[in-house]
Amino acid sequence: MSYCVELSAYEIIKKIKAQELKVVDYISYLFERIKRIEREIHAYITLTEDSALKKAQDIDKKIERGERTGRLCGVGIAIKDNICTKGIRTTCASRMLENFIPPYNATVVNLIEDEDGIIIGKTNMDEFAMGSSTEHSYFGPTHNPWDLERVPGGSSGGSAAAVISSMATLALGSDTGGSIRCPASFCSAVGLKPTYGLVSRFGLIAYANSLEQIGPITKDVRDCALLLSCIADHDPLDSTSVNKPKEDYTNYLVDDIKNIKLGIIKELFGEGTQDSVEKGVWDAIKKLEQLGADYQEISLKNLDYSLPSYYIIAMSEASSNLARYDGLRYGYRIPNKSYDWNAVYLKNRRFGFGFEVKRRIILGTFALSAGYYDEYYLKAQKIRTLIRRDFETAFKRFDVLIGPTMPVLPFRIGEKVNDPLEMYMCDIDGVPANLAGIPSISIPCSFSNGLPIGLQIMAPPFREDLLIRIGFSFQKNFPILKKLGGHE
Amino acid sequence: MSKIKSLEIKIGLEVHCQLTNLKTKLFCSCSSDYRGKEPNTLICPICMGMPGTLPVLNEKALEDAIMVALALNSKISERMLFFRKNYFYPDMPKNFQISQYDKAGGVPFALGGYIQINGKKVRIRRIQLEEDPGKLSYDGTIESSNHTLVDYNRAGIALIEIVTEPDMETPKEARLFLEKLRSILEHLNVSDGSLEGSMRCDANISLKGGKRVEVKNISSFKEVERALNFEITRQKNLVLRGMVIGQETRHWDETRRITVSLRMKEEEQDYRYFPEPDLVPIIIPRERIKEIEQKMPELPDERRKRFIEQYNLSPQSAEILTRSKAMADFFEESVKIYGNPKEISNWMIGELSSYLNEKSIEIDELTLTSKQLVDLIKLIDEGVISRKMAKSVLQDMLLTGKMAGDIVKEKGLEKILDKEYIGSIVEKILKENPQAVKDAIFDKKAMNYLMGQLMKKTEGKIDPKMASEVLRKRLSELAKFITP
Amino acid sequence: MNGDDLIKSKKRISKEEIEKIAWLARIEISKKELELFSKQLNDILVYFSKIDEVNTESIPPSYHVLDLVNVLRKDEAKPSSFEEILQIIPQTKGKFVKAPRMV
Ligand SMILES: [Zn+2]
Repeated sequence: MSYCVELSAYEIIKKIKAQELKVVDYISYLFERIKRIEREIHAYITLTEDSALKKAQDIDKKIERGERTGRLCGVGIAIKDNICTKGIRTTCASRMLENFIPPYNATVVNLIEDEDGIIIGKTNMDEFAMGSSTEHSYFGPTHNPWDLERVPGGSSGGSAAAVISSMATLALGSDTGGSIRCPASFCSAVGLKPTYGLVSRFGLIAYANSLEQIGPITKDVRDCALLLSCIADHDPLDSTSVNKPKEDYTNYLVDDIKNIKLGIIKELFGEGTQDSVEKGVWDAIKKLEQLGADYQEISLKNLDYSLPSYYIIAMSEASSNLARYDGLRYGYRIPNKSYDWNAVYLKNRRFGFGFEVKRRIILGTFALSAGYYDEYYLKAQKIRTLIRRDFETAFKRFDVLIGPTMPVLPFRIGEKVNDPLEMYMCDIDGVPANLAGIPSISIPCSFSNGLPIGLQIMAPPFREDLLIRIGFSFQKNFPILKKLGGHE
Repeated sequence: MSKIKSLEIKIGLEVHCQLTNLKTKLFCSCSSDYRGKEPNTLICPICMGMPGTLPVLNEKALEDAIMVALALNSKISERMLFFRKNYFYPDMPKNFQISQYDKAGGVPFALGGYIQINGKKVRIRRIQLEEDPGKLSYDGTIESSNHTLVDYNRAGIALIEIVTEPDMETPKEARLFLEKLRSILEHLNVSDGSLEGSMRCDANISLKGGKRVEVKNISSFKEVERALNFEITRQKNLVLRGMVIGQETRHWDETRRITVSLRMKEEEQDYRYFPEPDLVPIIIPRERIKEIEQKMPELPDERRKRFIEQYNLSPQSAEILTRSKAMADFFEESVKIYGNPKEISNWMIGELSSYLNEKSIEIDELTLTSKQLVDLIKLIDEGVISRKMAKSVLQDMLLTGKMAGDIVKEKGLEKILDKEYIGSIVEKILKENPQAVKDAIFDKKAMNYLMGQLMKKTEGKIDPKMASEVLRKRLSELAKFITP
Repeated sequence: MNGDDLIKSKKRISKEEIEKIAWLARIEISKKELELFSKQLNDILVYFSKIDEVNTESIPPSYHVLDLVNVLRKDEAKPSSFEEILQIIPQTKGKFVKAPRMV
């Protein structure tokens, strides 16, 4: 039965509920697999085998006794390491938080545990979620399961790699400027960034508060709908959490997209988009057309300014969010006792943060400083308004908007890491959804030279149902049969 | 003083008042009752700025702030944001303070307004809500201590910041302003100014021709007058020596009672204010303000007017009695027990106030109750003790906490009211002073000597009215037998 | 100087500025890092100057993308979880957080 780890959550839950598979066995298989291949992939920063097995036994007992079980019923979930887990160290892939064990859970973690999901570990990421390749991790890079020489995307690279290499059945990532969708695309997973305010941010270690959301990274759209249904809930601990009734997104797993109007965003196929990516995405669009959807191209002029606007806003917010890491209350503290407080702060932050984090903090501090605020932060926030208006206008004509998730195929480890600007350019297609606060999904649509390509679909605020319906129809009618090999 | 006047002093204040009547902090559910608690026992992941935590605004704090703005005649902004003020300091868990801001698209909680002191308007520039930092302490002094001890119990306590225009001209006016402000906040039942550190302020002072000097770290209202007096004298001396006063920030050293120049870590332009993304905008509809207006309690100015009308007090007395809520409450409780407002007011403004001033304490720190004061006043009104004696009885009451009646009895201070006994003493005095008796018969003024003798003999306990009556009667009887 | 150069010169950040900003952000940077950052940050700023093309006059900023307002909580106290927090504080003295000396 050890093959079961390769199944989707939906299938595993079915087997568990039918008592064909014991949770304990399935979780053990997962850890066996992790032990076999994690060394090559390095998807995890921390594993929680003991507590996972214990939880598995508890759920098995519940099932034996015929008690009600939650919707996640023993499924093994990997959690990105910027989501706080009570009693489990949460590092943000930073030396600064190398030994940080939060005394509280993120709200999403509570929700997952309430539904009997089992946390199997904390996944690797770019430090403080700042990056698009998972190379900026204090613990070293994660490797793309499809090609170990290449990056898995980022910043939630560990989560995507874990799910796709079946070292986890489901995963949570966070998306500030594409950080769920990018690794989903690079690893051939489904990744969804929910509407801003749909999922609680309480316990998500902030990078850029006004942009980010936690979301699912899964093997298919069905699992995505299931996990989203569990985590999308109003949270009084998050002032930006929307108070609307809880929805069951699995209701939208409907194979019908007739007459759905797709807008193809021209700007997302701009310079820097690789031909193979462009072709892969257009093939997918044609497939959607075959299923009865109509498409038309549309231009959202202000998207040309989304990348610089995104970086200015994200860096500015980050510079303030990361000020708290001074080593006094938690986190890295230099051992030397003779320095005064300023020197200690300077050194804690010099040695506790990696280069990319420092770069962004310094630029963000600059963008907020007197004399530059209007020119950078304010201007970027105004452009954000223009971008939102572009989307609003477009959604009057179209149900959803489409483009590639990433302009490029997964690149080689080390290829871009020394050129920050080139790395930033990879986010060009991901950031508009964050700026507008709208939901966006990446669905695997094809391969080129053995490397995955992701299709990005964006919907109006709180229309995740559309993304799930379209994604589900696509996957049902055009399954990608390519199997991951080489790690068995 | 005249020299200082001629230099045209301008004083502005920036007052930070804790909303002490809230049960919790501004952005988390930790208890705000931090005084006397062990360090770092009223903290949570939110007020400790731990990773991933988020603020949620205290509903009651918003309501309190609306009341304060209304009471200070300030215009409440209809839509407002919170801003982050970014700077590093060990008392700040997040290394930014959630506050409000009047630039970069921000509006403060409320704008404008004034407080009336002695018929003069001190204008308010703005009012805003923000969080208090934690508290630092040292082993020894800040200079000698080789580490700093931080207690975050205070971190996140709701503060209301009130910034005035530079409308005050003397340190005394500044004190009066603060007293009035405190009285207003106490009448609103939002802040208890008697709690240590609940009201702190920074002051800016400029002399004509000089630059603005800011004095920070004035931890209580009592210190304000002292700090300002020192600073004005310092600046005045500089001016007299022909030196120029430059713009700077100084620090009030409470123990040495001097202001010292403070090199700022960060300047205003370094704070990098920007809207707090974790808090949503606050909109206060007019109707909500009206609703709160309806249930506003009586404020010091209204109370003062009512005291004049209802108790027939002089405007000055009413002003003094309403300067603090505790004082006004004490007065009204006393009047409720015993309907002699005039006498109660006199005693409170006279004897009681000088005692409080001398001891530098407040009326609610006394063990003396309204009932006790009233009992004392009753004894006077009933003629049991003289007014003069009552003063010494009051001192005893304040010292020992005993009831007036008991002190009078213990010390045998009752006035001699027995007519027969008075008669016998009068006879005695007359016999002992034959010449004085003669004088008194022919010259009414000479009677005073005999009265004096009477008082002396009875240690002042004799009722003077009764005694002079008896004496006069006896003298007129004796007049029949004596010829000039 | 043509228009592009003007933009580029305006957007330059000097080494002194980087040092001052790094101080405000309390990040110590070595001479070597300063050299590297100086180049990288200026490249990035030049790229950022793209936004100058957009006319944003009379456009309000989108500080918040949601229409949410007045999210408040009741003034009700919850018990403190201070023991768990005190456990993870790197340096303490009694129940105090032990910070470095101030001067
Ligand atoms: Zn708290």
